[in-house]
Amino acid sequence: MATATTVSRALPSLPSDWSAEKDFKPVGSITASTQRTIEPVGPHFLAHARRARHKRTFSEDDRIQAQERAQKIEKDEESEESEPEDPMMLQREAKDWKSQDHYQVLGLSKYRWKATEDQIKRAHRKKVLKHHPDKKAAQGSTEDDNFFKCIQKATEVLLDPVKRRQFDSVDEKADVDPPTKKEAAKGNYYKLWSRVFKSEARFSKQQPVPLFGDEKSTKEEVDGFYNFWYNFDSWRSFEYLDEDVPDDNENRDQKRHMERKNANARKKKKAEDNTRLRKMLDECSTGDERIKRFRQEANAAKNKKKFEKEAAEKKAKEEARLKKEAEEKAAKEAEEKAKTDREASKKAKEAAKNALKKNKRVLRGSVKDANYFAGGDASPAQIDAVLNDVELVQGKIDADEVAALASKLNGLTVADEIKGVWSSEVKRLVDAGKLKEGEAKNLA
Amino acid sequence: MAEKGAGVAPGDRCAIGISFGNSYSSIACTIDDSPVVIANEDGDRQIPTLLSYVDGEEYTGNQAKALLVRNPKNTVVAFKDFLGQDFKSIDPTHCHAASHPEDKNGSICFTIQDKPEGEASTVTVSEISTRYLRRLVQSASDYIGKTVTSAVVAVPTNFGEKQREALIKAAQEADLEVLQLINEPIASVLAYDARPEATLEDKIIVVADLGGTRSDVAVVASRGGLYTLLATAHDYEYAGAQLDKVLMDHFAKEFMKKNANVDPRENARSLAKLKAESEATKKALSIGTNANFSVESLAEGIDFQMTINRLRYETIARKVFEGFNRLVEGVIKKARLDVLDIDEVILSGGTSHTPRIASNLRSIFPATTTVLAPSTSPSALNPSELQARGAALQASLIQEYESEDIDQSTHPAVTTVKHISNAIGVLTLSEDGETFTPVIAPETAVPARRTIHVDAPKEGGTGAQAQGERVEGG
Repeated sequence: MATATTVSRALPSLPSDWSAEKDFKPVGSITASTQRTIEPVGPHFLAHARRARHKRTFSEDDRIQAQERAQKIEKDEESEESEPEDPMMLQREAKDWKSQDHYQVLGLSKYRWKATEDQIKRAHRKKVLKHHPDKKAAQGSTEDDNFFKCIQKATEVLLDPVKRRQFDSVDEKADVDPPTKKEAAKGNYYKLWSRVFKSEARFSKQQPVPLFGDEKSTKEEVDGFYNFWYNFDSWRSFEYLDEDVPDDNENRDQKRHMERKNANARKKKKAEDNTRLRKMLDECSTGDERIKRFRQEANAAKNKKKFEKEAAEKKAKEEARLKKEAEEKAAKEAEEKAKTDREASKKAKEAAKNALKKNKRVLRGSVKDANYFAGGDASPAQIDAVLNDVELVQGKIDADEVAALASKLNGLTVADEIKGVWSSEVKRLVDAGKLKEGEAKNLA
Repeated sequence: MAEKGAGVAPGDRCAIGISFGNSYSSIACTIDDSPVVIANEDGDRQIPTLLSYVDGEEYTGNQAKALLVRNPKNTVVAFKDFLGQDFKSIDPTHCHAASHPEDKNGSICFTIQDKPEGEASTVTVSEISTRYLRRLVQSASDYIGKTVTSAVVAVPTNFGEKQREALIKAAQEADLEVLQLINEPIASVLAYDARPEATLEDKIIVVADLGGTRSDVAVVASRGGLYTLLATAHDYEYAGAQLDKVLMDHFAKEFMKKNANVDPRENARSLAKLKAESEATKKALSIGTNANFSVESLAEGIDFQMTINRLRYETIARKVFEGFNRLVEGVIKKARLDVLDIDEVILSGGTSHTPRIASNLRSIFPATTTVLAPSTSPSALNPSELQARGAALQASLIQEYESEDIDQSTHPAVTTVKHISNAIGVLTLSEDGETFTPVIAPETAVPARRTIHVDAPKEGGTGAQAQGERVEGG
C-alpha cells in the first residue's frame, strides 16, 4: 500500500530525551499472530508470492520490479538497434532494385520473411530519417538519392503482400541448406534437418506444418511428416525472376513472346523446385534412422505372423492326415465286419433251410409212422391225400412253427398221439384263419 | 496428446474464467484487462447447468431447460455438486423432476438415452460435467474466435480435495487446462476490486452468494489487496429453489381455488410447467413490481393466468428472506465480528437480484456499510456475473505463467502466513487526550507495509512520517 493515509490529529509531544530515528517508544505489546491462509487471487497476491518466493522485502521487490520494467523498455530499443550497413550496399544503383536484398536494405536481415509489417514500417522510418537526400544535401554532400530510392523500393516491395511473397519465394538468403552426409553423420541429424524443414515450411499453403520431431517420435508422427512433405502444397512462385516485358507501344509480338517465355521459365523453375524438394526428402528419409527402425519393427512383426501362419498350416495338414488315416481304418474295419456278417447270415440261412428240410421230413415221417392214419394198409389214394394235407399245412406255417410242430411230433410213434398233435395243429390253424374249415380234413 | 490439457505453453494459452454453478454457469474473458461475460449461442449470459438428449441430439442451457417439461428422463440437472462425491453423501432433491442419480460401484451415474437408438447408457457425473464444460468452452471459443485452452474456475469454499480433483479431471477430459481453482467469494470480491474506479483500502467484506440450490456466505478480510477468509457458512435450505417453491405453492393453491380437485403439483408434467413459470415470475418480480404468471394447459388442459405483485410475493416468501438474514448474521458471529465491523456487503448469485433480500440486509447493517446489490447500489455489477468476471480477471493475470510456477505460488508454504490479531498503530492527540490511531488493521497478513501522514508534535521538527514495516508480526 504505497499511498499514504493522512491523519489530521497530531502526534503527542515528544519526551525531552527523544533521540530521533533510533528511539522507539512502545506503548503496548503486540498480541500473538495467527496463521491464516491468504487467497491466492488477485494482482496483490502475485506480488506477495513473488516476495515470498524470492525472499524479498517490499522495498527490494519494488526496486526489482521497477528495474525489470525499465529493462524491458531498453530491450525494445535494443531490438531496434540497426544492423551495420554494408558500404557496398550504400553504393547501389536504384535501377538495379531487382537484385537487391530488400531486407538488408531495411536492416532486417535477421528477420527476413518473419519480419512483421510493423517491423518493416519502423525500419523504413528509421532508414528514411537517416538517408533522406535533403538531409544529405544539408550536410553538404552532393545530390545522391540512389540509396534512398533503394529504401523506397524495398519498402514498396515488402509492404505489398503480393510482391513480398514473390520476393520471399526467391529469397535465397532465407534458405537453409540441407546438411551434407558428413554433417548429418557427425552432428545432430534431427536438429540439422528440422532446421531445413522449418525454413522450407514458410512456403506451405497449409499451416501449421508438422514438425520433423526427434528420435522419440512415434510412427504416426513420422509417417504424417513424410506424407505431408511428399504432398507438399507450396505457394512458391518465380515471377520475381521474370525478364522485363517491353512496353506495349513497342512490338506486340515481341511482348507476347516475352510473356510466353516468362511463363515457361516460371513453370520450369517451379518444376525444378518441386524436384529439388523431392530429392531433398528422399535424401532425408534414406538417412532417417527412425524409418529404418519402424521397418525393422514392422518386419519383425510380419515375420512373426508369417512363422505363426506356417506353423498353423503345418498343424492343419498333420491333423488332416491323421483324420484321413483314421477314416480309412474305420472304413476298412466296417467292410470286414460286413463281410463276416454276410457269411454268418448265409450260414445261418443254410442251417435254417436244412433244419426246415429236416423238420419237414419229420412231419412227413410222422404221418408215415402213424401209417397215414389208416386202420390197415393205407391205400395209395389215402397216402396221397394225407401227404397232400401235410404239404398244405407245411405251406401255411413258417419255419419256426414247422420246428415247433416237428419237436412235438419227434419221438412219437403211437398213431393216435401223432394224430392228436396234427389235429390240434390243424385246429389251431383253422382258428387262426390260415386254414379253411374242411381243409386238411385227413389230418383233423 | 493425452497431456494436452495439462501443459499448455503460456504463449499458446487462451484463458477464460468459468463460474460452474449447480443451476447456472457463466463464462467470461478479458478484453483489454476488463472482464466481459460471454453469451452462448442462444444469447444467454447465465447458462443453465443442464444437459438434455433428444434423439441423440445434445441440448444445453435454456434449450435443455425447456425440455424439462417434455423430456425429464433424459435431462440431467444440478450435477455439479455431485462431482467427486460418494453416493451416500449427495442430496438428490433437485434431480427429482429429471434424471435421477444412481450408484454404480460407488460413483454417481445417470441413465439417459443419449444415442438416437439402442439402449439407454449409464453416464458418470464426471462425463456429464465434461460434456457440459465442452459446450461452455465451445461457446467461449466461438465468441473469442480462438480455441480456448485454459480456464480459471470458481468453486465453493467447501469444495473438498476430491471434488477439486474430479473437476480438474473432468475439465481435462474436455481438453481444458485448469489454471487455478479459486474460491467463489474471492472471485466476487476481485470482480469489484478490479473496477477502474475502485480504491485500494483495508476492509472487511461479507460476500453472500445466494444461488439456486445453495447459499454460501463468507467473511473476507481485504488487506492491501490480499484476501483472507475469516469465516464461511453454507446453507442448502434457503436458496432460489425455495423461493420458486413458495411461488409454486401459491399459484397451485390459486389454481385449485378455481378448479377444485385438480392439483397441478400431482402431475409431473404440470409440476414442471409450474416450476418453470414460477422461476420466470420470480425473475420478473425482481425487475418490476408486477408480474404475470401464465401457463397454457397447466393441468388437465386448463389454462391458467394470474398476476402477482411484489408485495404479495414478499409476504409469502418472508420466511425464506428472513432465513438469508439469519445466515448472514450467523457467519459474522462465527468470524467473531459485529455487523459494525463490516465495511462492505457483496451480494452475488442469481437470487441476489431480489430487491427485498438486499433491503433486508441493508437494514441489519449500519449506514456506513455499503451493500452492493442492484437494488441498493446503482453502481453494482450484475450479481450473476461476479464470479465469472473474477475468474476471468484471475485467468488474465496468471495465464502468462508456467503451470509449475502457478502451482508453486499457490503452495501452502506461500499462502499460509501470519496474520496479526490486533491492530497496530500510534497514539495521537485528540480533544480527550491521547487516542489510538490504527495503522495496520487486524487480520492483516505480515509482512505488511502501510504509510500514514501524521501532524508533527507541537514541540518537535517540521514534520514526521511514521512508517511501519515489520517483517515478523510476533
